[in-house]
Amino acid sequence: MEFDLKTHSVREVNQALHDLPKDQETEVVVNGISGDHNIAVGMDQPAKITLNGHVGYFCAGMNKEAEIVINGNAGQGLAENMMSGKVHVKGNASQSAAATAHGGLLVVDGDAAARCGISMKGVNIVVKGSVGHMSAFMGQSGCLVVCGDAGEALGDSLYEAHLYVKGTVASLGADCIEKEMRPEHVEELSALLKEAGCDDDPHDFTRYGSARQLYTFKVDNASAY
Amino acid sequence: MTMEKPGLIESATFSRDVIHEIQRAAETGIYDIRGFGAKRKVPHFDDLLFLGASMSRYPLEGYREKCGTDVTLGTRFAKNPIKLDIPVTIAGMSFGALSANAKEALGRGANMVGTSTTTGDGGMTPEERKTSKTLVYQYLPSRYGMNPDDLRKADAIEVVLGQGAKPGGGGMLLGQKITDRVAQMRNLPKGIDQRSACRHPDWTGPDDLAIKILELREITDWKVPIYIKVGATRTYYDVKLAVKAGADVIVVDGMQGGTAATQDVFIEHVGIPTMAAIPQAVRALQEMDMHRKVQLIVSGGIRSGADVAKAMALGADAVAIGTAALVALGCNHPKWDEEYRKIGSAAGFYDDYHEGKCPAGISTQDTELASRLNPEEAGRRLANYLHVLTMEAQTLARACGKSHLHNLEPEDLVALNVEAAAMAGVPLAGTDWIPGRSGY
Repeated sequence: MEFDLKTHSVREVNQALHDLPKDQETEVVVNGISGDHNIAVGMDQPAKITLNGHVGYFCAGMNKEAEIVINGNAGQGLAENMMSGKVHVKGNASQSAAATAHGGLLVVDGDAAARCGISMKGVNIVVKGSVGHMSAFMGQSGCLVVCGDAGEALGDSLYEAHLYVKGTVASLGADCIEKEMRPEHVEELSALLKEAGCDDDPHDFTRYGSARQLYTFKVDNASAY
Repeated sequence: MTMEKPGLIESATFSRDVIHEIQRAAETGIYDIRGFGAKRKVPHFDDLLFLGASMSRYPLEGYREKCGTDVTLGTRFAKNPIKLDIPVTIAGMSFGALSANAKEALGRGANMVGTSTTTGDGGMTPEERKTSKTLVYQYLPSRYGMNPDDLRKADAIEVVLGQGAKPGGGGMLLGQKITDRVAQMRNLPKGIDQRSACRHPDWTGPDDLAIKILELREITDWKVPIYIKVGATRTYYDVKLAVKAGADVIVVDGMQGGTAATQDVFIEHVGIPTMAAIPQAVRALQEMDMHRKVQLIVSGGIRSGADVAKAMALGADAVAIGTAALVALGCNHPKWDEEYRKIGSAAGFYDDYHEGKCPAGISTQDTELASRLNPEEAGRRLANYLHVLTMEAQTLARACGKSHLHNLEPEDLVALNVEAAAMAGVPLAGTDWIPGRSGY
């Protein structure tokens, strides 16, 4: 199945995608993309979708089951609230990639901008480049793997998400600390790197997590809020 | 100024309540957190009166001549607008803040009278979907429990930017109420003090919001109406931006609107009264030729059919109730007075919803307390109350000669004082004077 956004509207493409059968894997290619927003949102089918061109906001938003490859860059809110499946952007991703996502895997071959993985709720994210400031802000669960560097305030107000950074971290956010890399973490990281097609050595990464000091309101923590 | 006995004068500035709060703050080092809404007296619908028909207007016969109450919401873009029998809806309140029995009771009561109920922070429970014929799904900054499957099950989507009790603030749910089920739904560790975000994580302004709304429409194939809910502050501008962003329905929640848990200083000192917000919202809609095309729901301190009728006369298409609905279920009922006193409160005063010790079984996750609320009986009480609100509003509308609640208009109202006249934009009673309006 093939579409061209020069002749089809986003609405027509999305409706066709939503009408795909749920019990079989369909391959779909969308060409002629030029920064269009909301492409392939709300998928609930095991389709393999290839998007050729740069996509706008919220591409692959709330994805379930589908595997979506973007041959270009992605705008704000890529794969926001993804539930399952896989989204792979071959270029860079703008801010709030995989925001609040509950599951699935997001792979960014380039860099991801600010707030990558904000309020993540179970998604796994592998960024082969660097991430911007406030990434994994209020991250609840899942893993954020950064093969490059992380910007300021990484993991601010973090809950139970696991953060792995290979390069430098400009600064850690409130209640985010460096943690010991135990064997189970190396195993977890190795599996994610492999799934994302990275050959980085997991032993070169540092793990960060929550100090769990802000989990309850305490007078002594007033300066941290 | 209260005098205990001659010569003992209580300070108006440092009243006993103020002294108590200073001493409580000094002892604990933490601000006061509570539920309910603003308790201070602000200009409200009580400051407005209807001008019943006489010589210059023709009244309708009570009980004989029809006065319509139905409302359709979401006519702008949605394929399936919501049709309600009465213009009183149930506002968003979460499972977590409320017990499952309370949520079920809200759904049952709403069903009985043909109106809608709304989810809250934390997502949609199967029970409330099953028991609510028309269910509005809130899309909140925290996205706790946000699930596209539930989104597709909803009859409408409400994008929440803020609420009247705390415009500019996120919610909180303290550890006492984070049970296993609540923790699982929100993907959080059990027992922590949960902080909800105050801003959406993936968009930052009205232009972004327009794209976000298109995303929600694409995901739901343009079937369901999309509401935007704002706390009443800069209402004129917020409503204009909400229309521009593509809302089907705009919900404006005044400062009297309730909450499950927020800082007292926030509840009492942020936002504007509901009555003041409605004319701002209506003016914004009228200037864009969108009044009655984008529907306006108003909430915050609606208690009686008179409040419903006055809000609609000022230009609302419908109202929403939260606190009053909980009271109808049994919140603050005198039969629990002894138990309220055991936890330092009293029937009629209880506002510590955040502690999860609600004797009435409403704002709690304690299974023993929650079991005190029978959802069927509580739902019936809510339905009774909604019927009364509707009949009261009809009574007033007929007296003004209106065959439908939507035919009420500002010209049917006068104000009892200058403040209310200025805020509501109606004349001071007995005069033609509307403060701030040229030509008056």
